[in-house]
Amino acid sequence: MTNSLEAPTIPITVDFSGGLEMLFDNQRRYAVSLPATDANGKPANISFLIDHLCRTLMKDPRADLFVLDRHIRPGILVLINDADWELEGEEAYEIQPRDNILFVSTLHGG
Amino acid sequence: MAPTLCAVCKTERALIKRPKNHAKLCKGCFISIFEDEVHHTITSSQLFFPGEKVAIGASGGKDSTVLASVLKTLNERHGYGLDLVLLSIDEGIKGYRDDSLETVKRNALQYDMPLKVVGYDELYGWTMDQVVETIGKKGNCTYCGVFRRQALDRGAKMLGIQHVVTGHNADDVAETVLMNLLRGDLARLSRSTSIVTGDSQSEVKRSKPLKYCYEKEIVLYAHHKKLDYFSTECIYSPEAFRGSARGLIKQLERVRPTAILDIVRSGEDMARLVPGESSSSCACKGQKAVAAVPAEDDMGGCGSTSGRTPGDEMAAMDKQLRENEAHEGLEIDIAKAVSEKTDGTEKQKGLPIRSANGASKGAPRQVLGKCKRCGYMSSQDICQACMLLEGLNKNRAQIQI
Repeated sequence: MTNSLEAPTIPITVDFSGGLEMLFDNQRRYAVSLPATDANGKPANISFLIDHLCRTLMKDPRADLFVLDRHIRPGILVLINDADWELEGEEAYEIQPRDNILFVSTLHGG
Repeated sequence: MAPTLCAVCKTERALIKRPKNHAKLCKGCFISIFEDEVHHTITSSQLFFPGEKVAIGASGGKDSTVLASVLKTLNERHGYGLDLVLLSIDEGIKGYRDDSLETVKRNALQYDMPLKVVGYDELYGWTMDQVVETIGKKGNCTYCGVFRRQALDRGAKMLGIQHVVTGHNADDVAETVLMNLLRGDLARLSRSTSIVTGDSQSEVKRSKPLKYCYEKEIVLYAHHKKLDYFSTECIYSPEAFRGSARGLIKQLERVRPTAILDIVRSGEDMARLVPGESSSSCACKGQKAVAAVPAEDDMGGCGSTSGRTPGDEMAAMDKQLRENEAHEGLEIDIAKAVSEKTDGTEKQKGLPIRSANGASKGAPRQVLGKCKRCGYMSSQDICQACMLLEGLNKNRAQIQI
């Protein structure tokens, strides 16, 4: 049971691929307990998640390969439960328990 | 938010929003439409003939992996009768290519295709690691590019294959169009837009069946089909100029997704205005004229609607043949510019100048012949790769002294 003093969190999985895993300690999948609300008490959305990932999971100093001006870098695709985030409201999508969020870069060659 | 349904089957949940027309599709419909469009590009441009042996330039990256997968699927589905082979180049970059070659080896098993790997070391006596050791990181992409271009052709020749397909996508073509526009190099812009390059005189032709495919859709295709690909950045950081062009393209796509195919189309339209280059990107003077000009008129939204008729094309071809000689001087001589750089005195002003070609070299006509050194096809006495090698070998000698 959630302690009333502790901020409630949402359990989700976050995946990185297409070269982005390099920025996150070469790990593809993370189980994340995301605070249910942001600093202003608004429900956690993708924008908040990106910010959270940069603050807590990013091991690499090259944050600009993931975010530019606090937005996801153009050329990185975001899939929410396998669906293009453009179909789900992009940054404003409110995160639900057990969501899977995949960040996949199109920017890297082979 | 209630799930959006697929615009085609109207039953499954839409997972993809297509950049080129905003269509919302489910996974199954997306995969089949993606494949159908590549099939359309292949048939309308008459890229292949039955029984043709085709080498797929395979790096293990997303583009070539998707190309191999789609070609295998289409070859079986539509009975192209192609004999497909994977051809990989080992540039000799530790920690980069050796990893991706492992992916290609797995692909060879997954797609049941033979694999041939040719290395820079065996072809040129230099690995890219050694080149960078000698000349530094700056400008090493030029070497790698010139070497790779020839290496693919040579690898194909070793296999007795006359056609190499590469995974270049719409984003790559748009990027190249933009770069050539910014450099004012219309001759090269024209050639870069063509789906087929290399001509009947050269022994190996090149084509890009994914020319109209968005990089985004290639990545999504690989994701939804769970293809095994390798993604990394070359450890010798890429040219800054290309990187800027790429960044710009991606930012434009974010604001206006159709921009990428629009740039490709604009490039094709500009190519028609370049004297002698209208269809000579595939300078097959005559017999393969149809394949030379991408027949993109009815290209499900990805082609230009210029309304050209076969008659126009013949007239254009005729005109082009007459203009070819007159415009020979428009060819850009990259080897010359590069060789000036390798002399050590880095001349920024020594960029290719159209009129400088021929006149200064005493070789007024650009005729495809053979390199006097390696015997490989070249329009110069000495091919680009041999020019670069000469500079490298001089440096190596100096270092040894």
